[in-house]
Amino acid sequence: MTLRQSLSALRAPRATRSNALHAGAWWLWALGLATAASRTTNPLLLALIVAVTAYVVAARRTDAPWARGYGAFLKIALAVLVIRLFFAVFLGSPIPGTTVLFTLPEVPLPDWAQGVRIGGRVTAEGLVFALRDGLKLATMLVCVGAANALASPARLLKSLPAALYEAGMAVVVAMTFAPHLIADVRRLRAARRLRGRDDKGIRAVLRIGLPVLEGALERSVALAASMDARGYGRTARVPPAVRRTTAALTLGGLLGVCAGTYGLLAARGAALGLPVLLLGLAAALGGLWLGGRRAVRSRYRPDRWGARAWLVSASGAAVGAAVVWAAARLPEALDPPPVPLTAPELPLWPAAAVLAGLLPAFVAPAPAPRTETDAGSVSRSGQIPPAKETTRA
Amino acid sequence: MIRFDQVSVTYGDDAAPAVHGVDLTVPEGELVLVVGPSGVGKSTLLGAVSGLVPHFTGGTLHGRVTVDGRDTRENRPRELADVVGTVGQDPLAHFVTDTVEDELAYGMECLGLPPDTMRRRVEETLDLLGLADLRDRPLATLSGGQMQRVAIGSVLTTHPKVLVLDEPTSALDPAAAEEVLAVLQRLVHDLGTTVLMAEHRLERVVQYADQVLLLPAPGAAPVLGEPAEVMALSPVRPPVVALGRLAGWSPLPLSVRDARRRAAGLRERLDTLEPLETPETPAGRGGPDGPDGSGGGEPLAEVSSLSVRRGRITALEKVDLTVRPGETIALMGRNGAGKSTLLNTLVGMYEPARGTVRLGGASGAVPHRTRPSELLRRVGLVPQDPRDLLYADTVAAECAGADRDAGAEPGTCRALVSALLPDVHDGTHPRDLSEGQRLALALAVVLTAAPPLLLLDEPTRGLDYAAKERLTGVLRALAEDGHAIVLATHDVELAAELARRVVILADGEVVADGPSAEVVTSSPAFAPQTAKILAPRRWLTVGQVRAALEEAGAGV
Repeated sequence: MTLRQSLSALRAPRATRSNALHAGAWWLWALGLATAASRTTNPLLLALIVAVTAYVVAARRTDAPWARGYGAFLKIALAVLVIRLFFAVFLGSPIPGTTVLFTLPEVPLPDWAQGVRIGGRVTAEGLVFALRDGLKLATMLVCVGAANALASPARLLKSLPAALYEAGMAVVVAMTFAPHLIADVRRLRAARRLRGRDDKGIRAVLRIGLPVLEGALERSVALAASMDARGYGRTARVPPAVRRTTAALTLGGLLGVCAGTYGLLAARGAALGLPVLLLGLAAALGGLWLGGRRAVRSRYRPDRWGARAWLVSASGAAVGAAVVWAAARLPEALDPPPVPLTAPELPLWPAAAVLAGLLPAFVAPAPAPRTETDAGSVSRSGQIPPAKETTRA
Repeated sequence: MIRFDQVSVTYGDDAAPAVHGVDLTVPEGELVLVVGPSGVGKSTLLGAVSGLVPHFTGGTLHGRVTVDGRDTRENRPRELADVVGTVGQDPLAHFVTDTVEDELAYGMECLGLPPDTMRRRVEETLDLLGLADLRDRPLATLSGGQMQRVAIGSVLTTHPKVLVLDEPTSALDPAAAEEVLAVLQRLVHDLGTTVLMAEHRLERVVQYADQVLLLPAPGAAPVLGEPAEVMALSPVRPPVVALGRLAGWSPLPLSVRDARRRAAGLRERLDTLEPLETPETPAGRGGPDGPDGSGGGEPLAEVSSLSVRRGRITALEKVDLTVRPGETIALMGRNGAGKSTLLNTLVGMYEPARGTVRLGGASGAVPHRTRPSELLRRVGLVPQDPRDLLYADTVAAECAGADRDAGAEPGTCRALVSALLPDVHDGTHPRDLSEGQRLALALAVVLTAAPPLLLLDEPTRGLDYAAKERLTGVLRALAEDGHAIVLATHDVELAAELARRVVILADGEVVADGPSAEVVTSSPAFAPQTAKILAPRRWLTVGQVRAALEEAGAGV
């Protein structure tokens, strides 16, 4: 085999149902990057993390509706940043700065409100601190947005234990409702124009609130009927003894987990805490496993955890681990002090570690090239094929 | 297979039962069509088979419904899921997952079938319904016909013995409806599935039915029988049956093919006649305005080389259209061809990428730059779902709001409502009205501002023949008053009945534009049944034939 052949064998394959990357792998990757973001306030490093997620999303997202969520998360992140700055300007900042940018009129507050300030001096140091702090939070949000855009929530659901499936299904259905609701709001706002009312501004949105909710309610009732008619919630008959054991194990286990955690965190009782926690955990897992026997569900083509899934999740974990370790070793570089003001420097090897997060853009299966299709303007494909013999199983 | 035993259903505190005295058996492997005017209890009857009535909807069911030997009283819908598959009118409300393949597998997952069986059945169903190319596609990106096929496929994978369909083709264009019906016929023929289907558009389905179940009036006992016999009694009937009744054929023809074979005599008789030039018939309203059939006067809307982009999609490409007073234009074309986009651009919801849209002559307004309150007086649009226009919680409040919006005399809207809907009370909630009543209310709201140009997007969706006839009458009267009407529709019968000009769009481009008789008869997909039966002569509606025969004094 020539070098070229062996290299092309390594290249990411075209994504199909059978080689689809496990949704959990994307989430682990994104959580790794989010962990890294939580350990640094260096704006250069944070910007690098955002850039890495953006590149991977651009390279590997599909045409699916959930894949369009990344932009929305970017906007939310920006809003978080703006709100953080707003608070820093109007409510002051705990950072003792000396570089005063401007002074706002201060609202006089009574004595008992000491420590609270509205208006007053705005220092560059305070603003920089707020900016870095907000950027950290915004970056973590963007990481979550990336996972959301790359992994289908319904696929992730397939990996849940059987006993939790039904609750998970409800959550996923609720999540798919949000886009429908937004589409409804848009449509109804546009329809206000037909009545000769203004279709812009917040009032227009508020006025259509009731019709939108009515529509959403009707849709959810229709969906519930459809799910019921298709067998959602069918349960196997289990002996009452098993049912009671399940309830006892789950409840007892959760109590144990609570007590154990308390024991671990409290000043005393750490010795007892760990065994109780482990025991509770075991009981809860046993309860879940037994509870799964009530569910009759089977799973259609669940995603397999293959070598590519290991690589993707490992790259995220590596970024997280490297930055956590670096945060302990190089606190100055990763968490530069706000006072005195200095230009941030890019710490070289943590930055290199963050770049490892780009791995999924090369190893994850590539989505099919974008087609010019969208809701509403799809050419109808495929005549009905000639009759084929189908067997009844 | 399905047995109704003295069944009656009463909802809540209603005095009268929604369906009453249903006592019949549907044998295995039959395609039974449920027909009747709206509000007669068709959906209730279908729901009783899947167990959704009364388990999900509430109400009281007297008597007994058994499906494949299982009593729906003891089995909840989810326990009947392996015997009965239910598909409704709106496939989007049916979908639980997000891709085609997952949706096909969902029902089987709920039943707990082993993975290799599921895999095999999904592949079989993909082939059976012609969905193999779409297997990985997100459901939201499918066209209407594709969605409906996926919805049917998603209940087929569990191999139900009974398939219950509530208006499966009413939202589809003629070609997509053919696709879905071909699949249903294949199921009945090849797999022996029992199909129970309700549908308003009888012209599409009645020929496929083995038996027809007629619900003549609310609470009246249903009639089950051979399609031709039942159609002779039915208050709702497709044009082919109406023509058969007019010509006195017996047994009544159900398909265009049957009718053509018997129509030789009628064709001969009509050979010497011409479609009458009466105000009743669309072909006759040309009048002195010119051979092309367009009305005179300043155009109400002028669209020239209009292109509209929506996202990455070019929804309209170089569209030209001029609408003059008194004209009625039908916009046709498959789902997603750009009909709604064109109507919405005329009311300024989309900004043209290229080209111009002008309302009311050279000095007219550009819709997307006109204030809504000003636009209201120039053009009115009744959207696909009339509920989008209705915000208030009573009819009276809705009317008062419409008067305020239009700056009209108080009571204007209410007078219009009374004219369109004689028996609607002030206190009724708009959402409690039937589809036809809601459409009439939305139409009244739009007409309050007296716009000279009236646009309707898919107005006959969910309407029965009676409601459609009322709508036709109202629209004709409006056209006679000088309103110009543009309607986007899949309903070829409605287009033949109303429009004298037809514009066909495909992929955002105008592919045909001309007098209905010419455009419609030249395309098999868009030709009404009467035209198909009496081809090559250009008769479009039963009404035309009747009028011509009466005029000629021929004994009908």
